[in-house]
Amino acid sequence: MATDGLHENETLASLKSEAESLKGKLEEERAKLHDVELHQVAERVEALGQFVMKTRRTLKGHGNKVLCMDWCKDKRRVVSSSQDGKVIVWDSFTTNKEHAVTMPCTWVMACAYAPSGCAIACGGLDNKCSVYPLTFDKNENMAAKKKSVAMHTNYLSACSFTNSDMQILTASGDGTCALWDVESGQLLQSFHGHGADVLCLDLAPSETGNTFVSGGCDKKAMVWDMRSGQCVQAFETHESDVNSVRYYPSGDAFASGSDDATCRLYDLRADREVAIYSKESIIFGASSVDFSLSGRLLFAGYNDYTINVWDVLKGSRVSILFGHENRVSTLRVSPDGTAFCSGSWDHTLRVWA
Amino acid sequence: MATVAGCTPHGRSSRTQRPHLSKMERVIVSMQDPDQGVKMRSQRLLITAIPHAVAGETRGHPGGAGRRGLRPLRLSRAGRDVVEWLVQKFCISEEEALHLGTLLAQHGYIYPLHESRDLTLRPDETPYRFQTPYFWTSTLWPAAELDYAIYLAKKNIQKQGALVDYEKEHYTQLHKKINHAWDLVVMQAREQLRAAKQRRKGDRLVISCQEQTYWLVNRPPPGVPNILEQGPERGSYNSSRVQMIERFRKALGRNRVKSSVCLEAYLKFSSQHGPHDPILSGCLPSNPWITDDVTYWAMNAPKVAAPTKLRVERWSFSFRELLDDPVGRGHFMDFLQKEFSAENLSFWEACEELRFGGQAQVPALVDAVYQQFLAPGAARWVNIDSRTMEWTLEGMRQPHRYVLDAAQLHIYMLMKKDSYPRFLKSDIYKGLLEEAVIPLETKRRAFPFLRKPLHSSPSPVLQSTPEEPAVTSTPAGGNGKQ
Repeated sequence: MATDGLHENETLASLKSEAESLKGKLEEERAKLHDVELHQVAERVEALGQFVMKTRRTLKGHGNKVLCMDWCKDKRRVVSSSQDGKVIVWDSFTTNKEHAVTMPCTWVMACAYAPSGCAIACGGLDNKCSVYPLTFDKNENMAAKKKSVAMHTNYLSACSFTNSDMQILTASGDGTCALWDVESGQLLQSFHGHGADVLCLDLAPSETGNTFVSGGCDKKAMVWDMRSGQCVQAFETHESDVNSVRYYPSGDAFASGSDDATCRLYDLRADREVAIYSKESIIFGASSVDFSLSGRLLFAGYNDYTINVWDVLKGSRVSILFGHENRVSTLRVSPDGTAFCSGSWDHTLRVWA
Repeated sequence: MATVAGCTPHGRSSRTQRPHLSKMERVIVSMQDPDQGVKMRSQRLLITAIPHAVAGETRGHPGGAGRRGLRPLRLSRAGRDVVEWLVQKFCISEEEALHLGTLLAQHGYIYPLHESRDLTLRPDETPYRFQTPYFWTSTLWPAAELDYAIYLAKKNIQKQGALVDYEKEHYTQLHKKINHAWDLVVMQAREQLRAAKQRRKGDRLVISCQEQTYWLVNRPPPGVPNILEQGPERGSYNSSRVQMIERFRKALGRNRVKSSVCLEAYLKFSSQHGPHDPILSGCLPSNPWITDDVTYWAMNAPKVAAPTKLRVERWSFSFRELLDDPVGRGHFMDFLQKEFSAENLSFWEACEELRFGGQAQVPALVDAVYQQFLAPGAARWVNIDSRTMEWTLEGMRQPHRYVLDAAQLHIYMLMKKDSYPRFLKSDIYKGLLEEAVIPLETKRRAFPFLRKPLHSSPSPVLQSTPEEPAVTSTPAGGNGKQ
């Protein structure tokens, strides 16, 4: 027995040192090709002018913390979900509520609009992702046609439809992501590799491949091949939970926001972190990030109730937006880039332009 | 089985609890630095102005003001100075400094000596003190009901009417809940009050402020955000070393591109797309969110008959941009038809449908694609190389949604490298570019009386086929409803 213990320790020690030496080698390899910093390259770029963005719409109606939101492809409708189980579909341009459903669970942390605009998906502490077809028939109860699609063994943290209404990608507190067939609820592929809760995901705007990126409590951002279920790239430079990941519009990079109060940019071809967006005065975690249409601006919502706007190329902060009275929990730029919407623990959503 | 302490087959690292708290504490410590910290004021305060103080009592104290009721509190800082310090230290605006300072107060790290129930930072002469580390939020001691009951009881005993509404409510509730232990509560409260009387007035005052701040954080008044709330619990990191090693090995084998090349690509992308970014460059005729005028959306509807110039330009940025736009794709299809290669695009579309379609449709779709595009003598046979064809046909024996991937990629590349560049040089495209509309800018004040009332536009749900009404724009722009 004592010798078993010793043997196990040797194996453990050797595993640990092997992992460390490989990590060191990897860093060396990455560093070899890192011949210039982004802000250096960006010196030639014209600085951005004075930046004014204001709240143009405030959506009031949730009775509790807003946790997640998503835009419809029609550029004006949004779906939002909250702590009290309510999921609301708004025409955010008129601020009218168009649909509402109450989930049988609290903390609905994920919601998504289907590409067709005819359905929404949501989930949270129920460990599931459910799809609700949207209908204007007054006689129909939205909850009646609910379809339970995904089943995880812990909370649902994020969900997204792929290119059609028929597939959903989910991320969960059980440490996995999964791809589901909506019609049958069949699990098409699962993605294992995060060492802890997965908190976010984003699908790549790639022309040929199917990949997506996820971020988790293991401080890692991982890129996955949807077809094989394999992790194709991993990045571990954050010092705390990765709360949000979003692809750069060209698909060659992605940004992340973390509890370590920084946002970072990772390039997929260079296979490394290429920029950090941080400031000493920013102490609270970034909960949600998204790019403007050209990728020049990065909007990030923070747990200190503010939204910081970053110049992606120069690495500097362009603006800080006040307005929310509690954490900003979710933030998405509209599909045509004319505005972005933020949701907050102060029960409201705001559209900024 | 004997295990050495801490060693498990998996590497286990504990979660850093709330990193923002330790960061705030570093700021707080810097603020108290004798040289670099917030400047101290020697402040004299009327003791009667401070809660819990009893008027008129002056015991002998060193460095006293020599006047009744006044005592210098050297260890406080004026709110104004705190703001100024933050502005200087972090190079931020006053607004941001005030916001940050208020967060520090909300988290109980500093508290005001006047109106001490309101944990915000006031940019004036209001004196603030730093909370004792004993009560720092990062200790995350669970604030027990018993302790709260004792605290409220103390307040109640000391001064009638000291409890405010929400505290009275809590007090009543606790009285009911721990009724069986109420004697203990009162006894403890009395004991703590008695012990406090042994201290100097100034210290007693400070300690009671500290305690009050602690409870304001742990039992916030109604309407004040509970800064302790974090949402559903997150798990702690548990990694498999074996998996990690495998990942590192794979990563070492990757091909990497030089940073200079990758980063240049961002510059190119940003400069190309900059004018198309409404937030960066504005949009014509105007941004609907700013002017409440939806013309921009009408003119850029998915299937509009007369696309704008910017939109047609985007089709030249990349093949993907062209395909992603239904209008662009439609014109490309027309072009392919002229070149007798439209089956390529149709094949690609069918493959997309398979990849993203329902699981149940897979076998039928695969078969349909085979019949239409791949079978010998098929009506719309696509020209893929023999190896890919062989591979594909082999895979189709057991059809799955990715079985056409290789063939799809081949055709996609064919279109991208061959047909697409020709399209961009074609008369069709050039004509579209020339005809394309450039809307005139519409400023809100230009149409003061023609402002459209806000009403819902049709939801996608109502339309069975997403057809937008064709909007014909004259080069003069506007919504045509003059």
